[in-house]
Amino acid sequence: MFLYNLRLALLSLRRDPVLTALMIGAVAIGIGMSTTTLAVYHTMSGNPISWKGDQLYAVQMDNWGPSQPYNEPDEPPPQVTYRDGQALMKAAKAKDQNLSFTTSFVLQSDKPDVKPDLVQARATYTSFFTMFDVPFEYGGGWSKQADQDAQQVVVLSNAYNEKLFGGTNSVGKEVVLNNRRFQVVGVMKPWNPMPKFFDAQDDQFGEPEDLFVPLNLIGPMQLHNNGNNSCWGPPANNSFQGHLDSECVWLQFWAELPTQADRDDYHAFLDAYVQEQKKLGRFPRPVHNELHDVPDWLAYNHVVSKDSEALVGLSFMFLAVCMLNTIGLILAKFLRRSGEIGLRRAVGASKTALFYQYLVETSVIGISGGILGLVLGWAGLIGVRHLIEDSDHLARLDWTMVGISLLIALVSSMLAGLYPAWRVVRIPPAIYLKVQ
Amino acid sequence: MEIRPILSAMLRNKTGAILIALQIALTLAIVCNAMFIIHDRTSKMARDTGMDVNDIFVMTMAAYKPDYNADSAVHANLDLLRSIPGVVDATYSQSVPLSGGGWSDGATTTPDEHPKSTVDMGVYHMDEHALNTLGVKLIEGRDFTHEEISYIDGDKYTTPKLAIVTKAFGEKLWPGQDALGKTFYEGTSGLTVIGVVDTMEGTWSHWEGFERTVIFPTVLESEYMRYLVRALPGQRDEVMKVAEQKLGAAHTGNFVRSIHSLEYYRKSETSNDRAMTVMLSLVTALILAITALGIVGLASFSVRQRTRQIGTRRALGARRIDIVRYFITENWLITTMGVVLGSVMTVALNFWLVQLYDLPHIAWYYIPVGILCLWALGLLAVLGPALKAAAIPPAIATRNV
Repeated sequence: MFLYNLRLALLSLRRDPVLTALMIGAVAIGIGMSTTTLAVYHTMSGNPISWKGDQLYAVQMDNWGPSQPYNEPDEPPPQVTYRDGQALMKAAKAKDQNLSFTTSFVLQSDKPDVKPDLVQARATYTSFFTMFDVPFEYGGGWSKQADQDAQQVVVLSNAYNEKLFGGTNSVGKEVVLNNRRFQVVGVMKPWNPMPKFFDAQDDQFGEPEDLFVPLNLIGPMQLHNNGNNSCWGPPANNSFQGHLDSECVWLQFWAELPTQADRDDYHAFLDAYVQEQKKLGRFPRPVHNELHDVPDWLAYNHVVSKDSEALVGLSFMFLAVCMLNTIGLILAKFLRRSGEIGLRRAVGASKTALFYQYLVETSVIGISGGILGLVLGWAGLIGVRHLIEDSDHLARLDWTMVGISLLIALVSSMLAGLYPAWRVVRIPPAIYLKVQ
Repeated sequence: MEIRPILSAMLRNKTGAILIALQIALTLAIVCNAMFIIHDRTSKMARDTGMDVNDIFVMTMAAYKPDYNADSAVHANLDLLRSIPGVVDATYSQSVPLSGGGWSDGATTTPDEHPKSTVDMGVYHMDEHALNTLGVKLIEGRDFTHEEISYIDGDKYTTPKLAIVTKAFGEKLWPGQDALGKTFYEGTSGLTVIGVVDTMEGTWSHWEGFERTVIFPTVLESEYMRYLVRALPGQRDEVMKVAEQKLGAAHTGNFVRSIHSLEYYRKSETSNDRAMTVMLSLVTALILAITALGIVGLASFSVRQRTRQIGTRRALGARRIDIVRYFITENWLITTMGVVLGSVMTVALNFWLVQLYDLPHIAWYYIPVGILCLWALGLLAVLGPALKAAAIPPAIATRNV
């Protein structure tokens, strides 16, 4: 029966090729446009560490000046100071915790004729690799001892290992960074969480840094922060150490807190810490500490661009127009066949059978429009990559998105087909038989 | 032309008319708001920056030799750059104009360690070649002299005593007064305005204070130094090659980390705006095309369905023009219902966008212009089917009866 209906549908669609093309084209363009915008939105609003994102908490402490909040209304800064970050690391009150910031190194080759290279790096603790489940190709993170002693060890990104060592196992080899020799202890597998949740202040859709080194090298090597830096009040003195002791916020602090009890304890610990600091004359504002898990944190930092949100809204309105268009055309087409329908009803076809037949016809339009729409959406994403710089990771189609778009295509075209099919089988046969 | 018979005919087939009217309403809402955003973005991109954007390029240098000396390197690098034929001038600059990354701070008119409210400003650290390199216009006061530039270790920054500010900054801090000679404060450090420049866009194009720019006479010496260079008109690309090669071979302990035109920075900073403009233009074009084709399709159907009626009318004396007028009027009625509903939708959609983007509301004239466009579109779309209807011979009426 299905095959028979399908044959009828194809026959009917072939009878009016221009109209069929218009209907399928409208569905396809609507689906294509919404797929493109939704795919970008989907990546932007993704949870890159969904399996434990609700256990990882970004820590905020309000160390800001007395007269103005960091952000209206009364928002604490999104990053922490060096001294608070180090104090929280030392206290080690969470299951695990991590402090990091983004910096850069000049990497020099042993070969004198090779030009030096400025490489983006993240200075951090070894907990970074375990807390954020960083996958390793070779070796692994450095030891806790290396953290404490500020050893000159480095973890390379997969791409940078490819560039420096041709992708071979480089663990144990040396690289020269800012004129110091570093030992490679690990090479990551390709790792690109999207959005880059662990540092939501800078370049949220960029790739992670290429080098990872112990944060405690900051003193001996005078490492500078490359990311966002915000200050209130003048530094105690104008020196490198002065900046470390200042109220400037520029480091990211994360705590791993698996249970609600852990979170409550940690919150209490933070409050006590701030009370303690208040005695030293710091933290002039009321105690205001906040913990955000990964999805919350991405929302708090407005990772999803407003343009993307607006485009999703507009493209779904656009899809609605395409669907109204198709409903109108299908309806007109079916109504023109009223005579035929009347005849079939008169010779005994049931309403259900006819309804089923017309639903198959509209589904054919919907599914072909949907598939063509996916192709258009895919082409649209290529277009977006050309339009927006560094958006290769942003404009992509994963299997979830393919599923979602097919579902949208199917559901919207079924809805579009339902009304005309229902309308047309309600035609009383007698009227149309009269004129035959 | 009597509207009543058309209306009663339409009422007998409400669904088709309602579908088109809804389609037109949504189209009006989308097109008006898309045009509104496109206008906002293109005017942002076309804005006069006050600088000679096309002839400027940016070099970033990074130290790599253990014996690197920032002070001697910056002097040697800049002297070398200024000596290259085709270079108009070059300056040290802590940040790149129009690039989206830089230094901002709050200014007040009185010294205050913890000011309640400040006027935010984009801060550039540059030397006495800044104005000439950028090509900005000094409208009052004077430029920095060589002696006024402080060359200091980047880690030991202190606020300088002098500044050159934009007219926009002066107007915001001292409304209705002349900024020249006045003192403003960064916390408790006072800065005296020695010069006022006309337009000079800062680094964040989306910030409402993008025109509030100040230049401090400071060179912050560190492992990373950045230079802005202005070439003679049309010679930028050749000069860039020479500069890269000469500074690369200069043995100052640093290397050319990157070299890009200012145009490049501006383009990548505005790439989202350009993408938005392209996407919205595409949406607008496609939606108008689909709506027009939808009208053509449905009008053709109704012509075919009413072939016999049209034949009868013609046989009873209706002229061709009457038939054309019938279809045009019918379409006009549907379009008008659509645009009335669409005007409401336009405003509703605009409320959402305004809330999302923090933009001013859509200007009122977008709606009447949009309505005129959709009337024209409807007219053009229905013309073909209407003419076809007019061509139906009266004899048709006698068949099949």
